[in-house]
Order: sequence, then structure tokens, then C-alpha cells
Amino acid sequence: MPSSRTLKPAPVSVGVSIPKLEAGEKVTGRARYVDDIAVPGVLHGRTVRSTVARGRIIRVELDPAFDWRGVVIADHKDIPGENVVALIADDQPLLAADEIRHAEEPILLVAHEDAERAEAARMAVRVEVEPLPAALTVEDALARTALVHGDDNVFKEITIERGDVERGLAESDLVVEGEYRTGWQEQLYIENNGMIAERDGDGLLVRGSLQCPYYVHKALMRIFALAPDRVRVIQTVTGGGFGGKEEYPSMIGGHAALLAWKSGRPVKIVYDRLEDIAATTKRHPSVTRMRVGVMKNGRLVAVDADILMDGGAYVTLSPVVLSRGAIHAAGAYRWRDARIHARAVATHTPPNGAFRGFGAPQTLFATECHLDRIAERLGMDPLALRLANAVRIGDVTPTGQVLKESVGAVDVLTRTAAMADWTRTRERLTRENAAAAAHETRRHRRRAAAPRPGSAPAPSARRLRRGIGLSLALHGAGFTGSGEVRLASRAAISLGADGRPVILTANTEIGQGTITAFSQLVGEALGVPPSFVIVHDPDTRAVPDSGPTVASRTVMVVGGLLEQCARAMRERLELFAETPIAGADEFRRVAKRFLRERGPLKIERQYEKPPGITWDDDTYRGDAYSVFSYAGCAVEVEVDLDTGETTVLNVATAHDIGRAIHPVLAAGQVEGGTVQALGWALLEDVRWKDGRVWNHQLTNYIIPTSADTPPIHVEFVDDPYTYGPRGAKGVGELPMDTPAPAVVAAIAHATGVRADEIPVTPERLLAALAAREKS
Amino acid sequence: MSRIAVTFTLNGARRRVRVAPMKRLLDVLREDCALTGTKEGCGEGECGACTVLIDGRAANSCLIPAVHADGATLVTVEGLARRGGALSALQQAFVTMGGAQCGICTPGILVSAQELLLRSRGRVPGDAEVREALAGNLCRCTGYQKIVDAVRAAAREAMPARARAARRAPKARATAKARRTAKRARRAR
Amino acid sequence: MRTALSTLAVARPRDLAEALVLMRDGAGRPIPIAGGTDLLVYLNAGTQKGDRFVDLRSLAELRGIRAGTDRFTVGALTTFSEIREHAALARRFPALAAAAAEVGGRQIQNRATVGGNIANASPAADSTPALLALDAIVHVRSSDGARVIALDRLFRGYRDLTMRPDELITAVELPFAPERSVQFFRKVGTRRAQSISKVVMAGVLRLGRDGRVDHVRIALGSVAPVTLRARAAEASLAGIAPSPVASYRARAALMDDIAPIDDIRSDREYRRAVSGNVLEQFLRSADPRFARG
Repeated sequence: MPSSRTLKPAPVSVGVSIPKLEAGEKVTGRARYVDDIAVPGVLHGRTVRSTVARGRIIRVELDPAFDWRGVVIADHKDIPGENVVALIADDQPLLAADEIRHAEEPILLVAHEDAERAEAARMAVRVEVEPLPAALTVEDALARTALVHGDDNVFKEITIERGDVERGLAESDLVVEGEYRTGWQEQLYIENNGMIAERDGDGLLVRGSLQCPYYVHKALMRIFALAPDRVRVIQTVTGGGFGGKEEYPSMIGGHAALLAWKSGRPVKIVYDRLEDIAATTKRHPSVTRMRVGVMKNGRLVAVDADILMDGGAYVTLSPVVLSRGAIHAAGAYRWRDARIHARAVATHTPPNGAFRGFGAPQTLFATECHLDRIAERLGMDPLALRLANAVRIGDVTPTGQVLKESVGAVDVLTRTAAMADWTRTRERLTRENAAAAAHETRRHRRRAAAPRPGSAPAPSARRLRRGIGLSLALHGAGFTGSGEVRLASRAAISLGADGRPVILTANTEIGQGTITAFSQLVGEALGVPPSFVIVHDPDTRAVPDSGPTVASRTVMVVGGLLEQCARAMRERLELFAETPIAGADEFRRVAKRFLRERGPLKIERQYEKPPGITWDDDTYRGDAYSVFSYAGCAVEVEVDLDTGETTVLNVATAHDIGRAIHPVLAAGQVEGGTVQALGWALLEDVRWKDGRVWNHQLTNYIIPTSADTPPIHVEFVDDPYTYGPRGAKGVGELPMDTPAPAVVAAIAHATGVRADEIPVTPERLLAALAAREKS
Repeated sequence: MSRIAVTFTLNGARRRVRVAPMKRLLDVLREDCALTGTKEGCGEGECGACTVLIDGRAANSCLIPAVHADGATLVTVEGLARRGGALSALQQAFVTMGGAQCGICTPGILVSAQELLLRSRGRVPGDAEVREALAGNLCRCTGYQKIVDAVRAAAREAMPARARAARRAPKARATAKARRTAKRARRAR
Repeated sequence: MRTALSTLAVARPRDLAEALVLMRDGAGRPIPIAGGTDLLVYLNAGTQKGDRFVDLRSLAELRGIRAGTDRFTVGALTTFSEIREHAALARRFPALAAAAAEVGGRQIQNRATVGGNIANASPAADSTPALLALDAIVHVRSSDGARVIALDRLFRGYRDLTMRPDELITAVELPFAPERSVQFFRKVGTRRAQSISKVVMAGVLRLGRDGRVDHVRIALGSVAPVTLRARAAEASLAGIAPSPVASYRARAALMDDIAPIDDIRSDREYRRAVSGNVLEQFLRSADPRFARG
């Protein structure tokens, strides 16, 4: 377990938890987030949105009684270039022109230098809409009650096949079927979306809270018909993303820029929480049907999975979310035969988008829940079933990928089971539950000792049950399939005038510690301490396109490029100095002399796929990812039979992420992801009313507080990956994959009720408990 | 509408501002006092990112009208550092132990933790006690573990040296710690 | 912030008498501000009506906790932190102390007041079920004079009070619960802290020397347009000896007391089931012979 006791600065920094370089500004309040930046003459922008799910705009009326002086107004007719938020399909307009496809779709923008007047102006715009019938659910969309997209409402369909599933099912001793559902989830970064745009000479400067500067850059070029060098995008300190600031900043950035373009004034748009929850992207909800063939001895033979994801009203990232979901649907198991059929469906709801895990948590939830159901049918221990079937080196995935190295599935399971003391804990809890049930049904003929006056119910008065559940997951690091090859990311290191190395990438620090991890990797390769390394702000004018900060790719892919740059730089400088360089002073001296005598030095590297990797997008065959990370997770819960409330008591989780560059930061990723997943499993329920998010207040969209959160025990399994920097694989998303199915399994152990749908709200669980009692 | 004069002590210095009486203290701090360390996360008292100390008590500055700050003593995140600007033990613990990730909740959490440390002076609050005290501050990055650890480490730091030495157990402590924390939490629930 | 706060006017009376005059004469029915923790939420969402306010916070007459020989009197501006931390009060009224500890997070408890919680009249208020179960008496005052109202006569309908608009709550009087009685408080929300209740219940129960219930109060929140006393459930228990049947009957009677609805936080069925379950839990905790076999 990473320990805070290993924090002393050491000559070697990789693998050591140095104090986080970004943190000093954050604990003093000095860090400037987008809403903290004072821009002279700034206007405050507001967005007029649709209140209906589908319709045709008849007209837009500005209240004649309102004082419109000083209000800047922009609509789709003001867009100089294309009315599109460029991403995969380019189907989403920046501002609706006549057709409305989802509630909260932006229609018109207003801005004023007084934020109160801007808000009043927003309220003084009346949009007359002819409402049309809407398809609000996946079921309605597939039944084509209304058309959202194409002639079948399907954004993307994927089939992955290996072997012969029908034969496999026929030859199995047992075929187990099940259907699993997961709900929407709001990213709920604590800093809402926000951007500042201004004219910059004959171009645009846009700054804000975002994960992917070049996504915004690309979108703005299209909206304003500007050449690349006339658009500049800079990331400001960003208060969390989790995928929620992957694609949406292109929308809000485009809006701010349009108002700035039209008015000639700087414009700031910062959403309040109500608007952010109502209008921005969420995790795709899913329905997965599983049919699995298994032998009596527990050997898994065949898996047949059918996946539906609700993409919302526009394509956004749904095809790639679906792709990752489909590829992960077979879990970390060995199958002879597999068929995975997946569809992303269009509905008249706000588009869903990137969220930590990106489709994989949804399908892994189904697979892992199904494994527990199979274990139950076979009368087998869930750990034993998983151990017997977990992938090992040499195994082949449903896309035909041979797992060649760093396959930690068995290790993480074993370690997780050891941390949780799985077998004994499970037996103990089973015993305790039986004793509690017996105690409750025993008639209390004799009055017990007089209860002491007090407010808390006496322990015996509460009807509690405990259970433990376990899960296993894998997560592909980096873009799916040929994604990394197509991205062709570039990263660079240059020498600053003061003789210090400067890291140039477009990858953003959004809390995970990018700056620290990059500084460690580069510092180590250059022979200097991490604090000597400078990391340039992500500014599209200064840094190359190293790709987006998503998909658990930052350390593994971009960190890898930086390590190459650093090695090459060190070699250059040592050749020049004709002596090895060690330490900051020496580095600075040599660097300055180099700059004087040879001029500027900048070393750039471009992504090249590791040897032996192939992928075919048409057939979905080949190496879906260069490597997978693995995690096991054990969760202990307590269920209150009177209220259906589930309390998580303990989490033990082991991760194989190759090698941790910074164990404390890596554990922070695991702990944070775990709690986000616990929220998804138990609390977070997006409720809808007529196509609009009903509970768009933080009071009613419930995420875990510290009091809901158990101690989380994290261990890393060391299994370095040859092509990752210092052996590192991805870590960011993996912890999102395992907790939810482990929670469901633990609840099943505690109560005998197996929930097939998350969140397992108290309402759902109590209803299920009541139904079981009746039957 | 008319403005009123509001006077308060902010991070040790007297301040006087003329503001609308219902202006939120959050906005008074950010706009009129140019202290942007106090953040807005929800505007409805749920997330705690705007937490400040008002007369020694943690409060959501998004729910406090300017009139209620009149005559008050306020401390914001900018007022937590030691004299001369060195980080306090609490701030330092957040830096070294990974208590701050994206950092947007950090100012509010530090202020709530500061109130807890004031309340429990001379004593290291237990894991469950810290979790309860911080339940009005939402964090979406850390899963709270490193925050709880950092607050307890800072409390340990603040204890008199002798008391600290008396508490210090042999080296086995580190490994035993995780098990004990779990047991404690189980008992607490 | 969806309300133009700069357009709102606040009067700042120096004492209660001046506040009462403002409440009487203020144009357009002014709205009193105590802790502000609910008011600012409504303003943020743009749902608060009215643009004139009277700030009560500096009124010393509305502060303080006074202990008497058979009762406590709690000033309307007493915060939930003050209640929570007042050892003698918490010892006498553990149900109220427990409620105070579950009103929002610490930041809310430090500002929100008991008078505000009553006057706001939310059906989901955390403290009023405890106050109802404790037979709290509300002291109100207007420029015409003072009067007292039993708390359970105060709530007329959804966010509708039997107080006049010009009246202010000045204090809450809490008679000691009967000796040897047991108090109970349970809030059921979605998460452990900082949540709005789906069901909240407080209770006080005592068994007489003859082993029969001679004092019982049951009050609930979030199950009707107002927080309320469960009179039918109380009646079913009065004079009854603890038994599983008594528990079952009380539960059945409780269903006549409550009228929960489906809303943004929960649904009718859940609230009915949980109200019954928590009532049984209360009874079991008061005496194990209530437990159903």
C-alpha cells in the first residue's frame, strides 16, 4: 500500500510519491480557475434553451417591455462558418436553427456586462415552439415512435465474433441468461463548465475549463471558418473533468466565442450548477442481455452479449463509447466462443458523452453480475469461478487479440481476496446474518433490561444484514483500435532561456497529477529533479497536439513520448558537453552553453504503435488496445432491511497498472474512481420529467459525501509493461469498472436479493425485498 | 437599489465595503475583496466549496447575505497560511499526502477542517469524526481517503510534542493502521 | 444566482419592537430572514417571491437557551449547532439533538435556526418532527402582543402556517418529556449526511407502572403536506401493553395518518413502507416485546 511515509525527496523520483507539484497553488487559494479570472470589459453570456424535447421553432420573441440596451444577442444566423460542433459526425448544431431535438438544446445567446441583466435578458426571450412527439427511451427509439437519427435511430452498430457461439451454448452444461441495466450518471466535477472568449487580433482566444484544447481548437476553426493559427485555446486550472469536459467545452467555447465575435468584447460564460446538470453530457445508460454457456466444473465456454446504449439526440462520442463498451463486454475472461452485438441508439434527450470508463463500466457491470449469477447456479464460490476463467498470458480476447505480457488478472484477484480475507469474511458474515435473523424472529417473552432513554435505536432494534462481493475487470489503455495511430500524437521538450527543460504537450492537469507525473518521467530521464522541469500551459499556440486527456492515455502514451524526448535531449546535451550530465546545476550550465553556441533546442516525438499491433476497424479484429490494465475489488456492505439503505463498510482493491509512476497519485485515482463508482451503484439517479432532468440541483442529485464513504484499501500489483514509460499502463478509468458489480454481489450476499439494475436505490431494494417476502 | 456599508475583519485585516445588502458573502469576497480562493460549486449550500469561517464557525458563504457579515470576523482559504505565507500544517499535509486533486473543493475543505481542528484542539479526531465534520464538503476527485488522512496528520502535528511521543507506537504502526481504521469505521457504524 | 440580488431591500431593525413594526407596516409583506440557509437557496434558483426583507439576525431578544425547572426555552435564532452542543439540552431532548445533528452539514447547522426551520414550514424539515414529538410550544409576537401556539396547531397546509404574516416566532418552549420515557429520532435520506429526508420520524414513549403505554408521541416529516403528529398511531398505542399485535396495529393506524406522494426524492410506496418499518423500529427500541416474531 502506498504510504505517506515515502515522501522524502530522493534522487530517483519515478515510483516515489514526491509532493504534488500542482498542489501548492490549490491549498492557498492562489490557483486561478476560469471564473476567478478578471477580464476588463467582460460581458456575461447566458444561453436560451429549449424547454421541450422535440419541436420546430416558430419564432423567437424579445419581450418588448424589457430594456434591451447593452444586451448582445446572437443566434445561428450570426455564425460566420458552419453551424456545427465538430466531433465525429458533425451533426450537432452550435445553436438550433429551426429543429429542436432535445430539451435544453441551445437556441439563442445573450450577454451583458452586468450578470444580473444578462440573466434577466435570458428570461425575457420567448421561444415559440411547435412541439412534436418525442422518443425519450431506447425502447421507443427502437420502435421508431419518432425518428431522431437516420431511418432506424441507430447511431452505430458493432458486432464482434469469435468461434461459434450457438455451438458453444449448445455444448455447454448450463446456459445462464440475464439482463442488466445501468443508469445515467452526471460527472459532477465541482467546478461547473466555463469559458472566456475574446477577439485576438484577427483571430480568437478562448480560455477555460477543459480537457482537450485541440478539440475546442478544431471546433472553433469550423464555426468561425478560421485558419488554425488564428484560433488559440488555452486551458485554465480545471476543477475536475471525468470526461465531462472532453467534448462539451467545444459547445460552450463556441457560444462564448460567438458572442465575443459579434460584440468585439470579451465574453465569459460560466454555468451555474442547475444549468450544468440539466444541459451537459452524462454517462450513457445501458441495457445488456447476456447468455453464457458454462460447464459444470465452472469452465466458461461461450458468451452472447447484446448491448444497447442510449446516445441521446446527437452522435457526439457515442460510437466510440459503444466500441469500448463492446470490446470490454467479455470481461477479463477466457472464452472459446463469443458474440458481442452492440448498438448506440438515438433518443430525444440531451446527448450523452464521455465519462470515466467510457462504456466499459456499463458492460463490465453486466458481465460481472452475470458471473455471480452463474456462480450461484453452479453453487461455486464467485472467487473460484473467476480465478478458474481469468485471462492469463497467451489467452485470446474476442477480437482475436493475444495477451502477450503484463496480464495481472489472476494477481489482482488473489491480492484483492487476501486483502478482504475473502473466504473467512464471507463465512463470518453468512453466520452473523443467520444469527441476526434468528434473533429477530425469536419472541421476546421476557422483557429485556429496561432500555436507557436515548435517541439512537438500540442495536437490537435495527434489522441489519451484511455481505461481501467481489469483481474483476480489465481496461484497455489509450484510444481504441487504430485510434492512437490516427491521433498520431506529438509531444516535445524544449530548453527554456534559463536552461531548464520545458515540457510541451496539450495534455491537461485536471486533478490527476499530470504535471507531477510528466515532471517525474522527464526529470528522471534527464537526470534532474522533477521540480526543475517546467510544464508549459496547454496553449495551442505553443504546444503540439499530443491528443486529448482521456482514455487513461496520458501517462502511458504521452508520458512515453516525453520519455523518448527526454532521452534524446540528454543524449544531445551530453554529446555536446562531452560528459555525462547529473543534476540540475550541471544540466542548466550545459543547456545554457548549448543555447548560446548552437541556438534553440526542441525535441519532438510522434506516436508509433508498439511492434506487432494490428487492428481492422471494419471487422473489429485485432489488438483493440496495446495493453490492458486489471483490477479486482471487494466490497463489504450493510443493508438496513427496514429502509433498503445500503452502507458501504469497506473496500479492498488491487490494481495492475504496470508500474505506478507516483503511488500516492495513482492511489488517489483509484480511491476517487472507486467512490464515483459507489455513487453510480447506489446513489446517483438522474430522474427525468418530459425529457428534462428533474433533479438538476445538487440537493437532489446525490453524490457520496465523506460520511458515506468507507475506508478504501488500495494495493498495486507490479507487472511492468515493456512499451509503457517505466512500465506504466493506464489507471484513470479502471477503478470505475469494478465497484458497482461488487456492491450488487455484496447486497445479494447480505439479503439474497440480486439487483440487476443500478443504482440500487433504497426504493428499488426495499421493493425487491418486499417482493421476495411475498413470494 | 441602495447599497449599505458592511464592515468586517477579513483574514486579520479590517475591511469596509459598500454592497447591496442581499449580495452573497461569496460574491463580496470574490468581487469586492478580490479573494477568489473561495469557490462557487452549487450556490445552494450543498457542495461546501464556498465555506469560510465566520466568527470561528464554518459556513457556506453562498447562503450568507452581506448584511450578516457586518461586524463579523471572517477567515477564508487565503487566511490559513502562517504569518509570512508559509503553508500551515494542514495545507502542507494536503500537498504531501495527496489531499488536493483538481483543487476546486480544497479551499472549502481546508476551512471546514480548520474548524474541526479548532474544535478538537489537542486531540486527533478519529476517522469517522473527520468524515462527519467534512460531510458538508463534496469532493469528486479523491474519494476522501487522502483528505481524511491529511486532516488527521495535521491534527497530530498540532499536538504538543510530548503527547505525540507518548502516542507513537513501534514501526509496525504503518501496516497495522489500515486494519485499525477499518475496524474503527465498522464499530462507528 | 438567478435572482437579481441587487434589487432586494433589507431592513435592519435594532430590536424586536422595531422588527415587529416593520413586519406590520412594511410595504408588500416583508419576508423575515433568520439564518438564510433556505432563503438563499430559493433566491439562487429564482423561485423566491418578494423583494423586501427584514433581517432578524441581530435581535438579541431571539437568542439564548434558558433552562427552567420543568422546561427549556430556546430562542428562535438558536442554531442547530448550539442545540447540538448544549449538553443539558441534548441530555433532556436527545431526539432534538439527534435531529439537529442531521440538519445539513456543519456549515448549515452553524447558521440555520430552529425558528427558521419552523417558519419555513417545509414538510421535509428535520427538526419539527422532533419538536412535535416533544410537545413544543411556539412563542410568537406581533406589534399587538404575544401569544403561544402548540406546534402541532401551527401547520395548516403545505407551507401554510396559522401565524399571521406580521407575527414572528420568538422562542420555542420545550417541556421536559415524562420521566423514564424513551426518545427516538430517525431520518431516512438517500445518503448518510447532508440530505433532504424521504421519511423522518421522532417519537417519545413511556410504559406506566402497569406495563402499559401511558405516554406516546409519534411525529413524521416528508409523508404529508406538513410535518405532523401521527394521532391514529398514537391512539392505537395508548393504554396498550407492548406486543407484536400492538406494533402491527400501530403500523396499520399510521397509514391513516400519512399521505405520502411521489416526488423528486422518493415515491409513495417507499414512504409508506419505511414509515411503518421505522415505527416498528421505534417501538422495538422502546421495548423488545413490540418485536414481531
